Amino acid sequence: MPASAITATNVVKWFGEGDARTTALREVSLDAYFGEMLYIVGPSGSGKTTLLSVLSGILRPDGGSVSVEGARIWDLSSDALADFRLHKIGFVFQDYHLFPRLSTAENVAIPLILKRRNWKESIDEAMTYLDIVGLKSRAELPPVKLSGGEQQRVAIARAIAGQPDILIMDEPTASLDGDTGHAIVSFVKTHILNDKRCILIVTHDARIYELATRILKMEDGRLTGSETGGPR
Amino acid sequence: MRGILQLAYKLLVNDKAKFTALLVGITFAVFLMVQMLSMFAGILSRSSATVFNVNASMWVMDPSVQTVANTIGMPDYVLDVVRSIEGVNWAVPLYSGGALVKLSDGTFQSASILGLDDTSLFGRPQLLQGRIEDIYGENAFIVVKDPEFSKLGNPQVGTEFQVNDHRGVIVGIATVNSSGLFGVPTLYTTYDRARQYLPNPRFTISYVLVEPKRPADVARIKQQVEALGYLALTKAEFVDRISAFYKYQTGIGINILIMTVMSFIVGLSISGQTFYTFVLENLEKFGALKAMGAKSRELILMILFQAGFTAMTGYGLGVGLCALMITLARVRRPDYAAMITFQNLALAFVMVVIIAAISSYVGVRKVLRIEPFEIFRA
Repeated sequence: MPASAITATNVVKWFGEGDARTTALREVSLDAYFGEMLYIVGPSGSGKTTLLSVLSGILRPDGGSVSVEGARIWDLSSDALADFRLHKIGFVFQDYHLFPRLSTAENVAIPLILKRRNWKESIDEAMTYLDIVGLKSRAELPPVKLSGGEQQRVAIARAIAGQPDILIMDEPTASLDGDTGHAIVSFVKTHILNDKRCILIVTHDARIYELATRILKMEDGRLTGSETGGPR
Repeated sequence: MRGILQLAYKLLVNDKAKFTALLVGITFAVFLMVQMLSMFAGILSRSSATVFNVNASMWVMDPSVQTVANTIGMPDYVLDVVRSIEGVNWAVPLYSGGALVKLSDGTFQSASILGLDDTSLFGRPQLLQGRIEDIYGENAFIVVKDPEFSKLGNPQVGTEFQVNDHRGVIVGIATVNSSGLFGVPTLYTTYDRARQYLPNPRFTISYVLVEPKRPADVARIKQQVEALGYLALTKAEFVDRISAFYKYQTGIGINILIMTVMSFIVGLSISGQTFYTFVLENLEKFGALKAMGAKSRELILMILFQAGFTAMTGYGLGVGLCALMITLARVRRPDYAAMITFQNLALAFVMVVIIAAISSYVGVRKVLRIEPFEIFRA
């Protein structure tokens, strides 16, 4: 049995107050393990992104607990929580959120710079990660000069530059055509996933379901089912 | 930490349009503020030109005198009494007044006349042509070669003119440290000749110039002059009194103040709004940094650095531009009345810091409020 990377127990989250209150997560419990690529799927508004935010330490739940590698993250101070995200989590945002005024290499170096690493050293190390995603030759270009698929790969390089244990990908194929999206997630499964890393992907793109280790289905703020994905 | 500042720097300067707009706003504001303050400093300095040029340690005058140009005559006994005060090393009279000079071509020109003590010639200017003892010659005047010199028809040694139907002749051409404020040429002569040539009220001593024996004697001299019903001021106090008059008793001070405040508001508006737009446009990126693990204080540091860097660069450019303008103006007009002082620079610096602080405060508030979750929801 692989070690548990994330354990969520009875997580509750609501937005608004009084009559306007909307419950986004209703007592959600799950375990995510190292070495697996776990999908959270479901229709829009089912709470996938909210769950991802709670699990990654950026949205405080209103109930329940989240433990990452055995530590209850929501008991941490805000500074410790920021450090937790910096050292343990890598994010690939849906819209990439690359900095258009920085070069590709500088974008990838951001987590290293946030870790107080020297600028030049960070850029040099960023080149290693750009090499992994096959974009070393594009290092000097600004992200806007890259295609959507290339920007996605830059975002992945940035996410793994901090060598996180957990990689969070929010709708990684939403801005890409079918083939490119499939190729990107396939690349992540082949090159980024390993026994010491857990990858959580929120998606409703059925074309990439075959790449998942496990799929959790969400509906109306609840986990409604689980199924095993394709082979690793 | 340097890496984070470098990141902030790159985010700022790589957005060339915004950075340029920010710099232009602050540079323009600093330029206007320093230019206004420099002009005012120049005016204040010029208003005390006679005090600087004569360079006496103490000045005795009528208490109603507000500026060096507007004199009120004192009776001769004041000079005698001042000379008798314990602690006075020496005391001499000075005549200061205005006159209409009739030039050889028949035109009239206003001039400032300074009559120096006949015995000591204390306060005499530095001569470029002629000898100082020639001032004792018949009808002798020394003209100051300053930017107003040409208004007397560029006189040479030997040039003649008339003052109140008296013949005058130039016996020397001199230079002084500071030109006057009112754009009229200056003539030096002896105290006695000034009294004879110029229309006078009953009392003729404009000022008694005093040299105390020791600095400790200044207070006693002031006290005893006050007992006479007159006023004794040190050089610095007299300059301050003249400056206070121009600051508070004329419209110059308030107008300069209004222009300076307007420059500040213009700078604040342009820079504040541009910086706010800059932060707004980067808000999602700051949110992404927060999600990745940047702490709030690091984001605040980034914004403060960006605002501070822009402010200091704009400050340097603004001061440089002002210095360049004053230098260029002086090429055309050597006595252009503007001077950049340390006080002006310090005041403009404080205003720029306020602009940067207000601009960054708005940005910091926005960045602190952004929730990383918003980045996911977007």
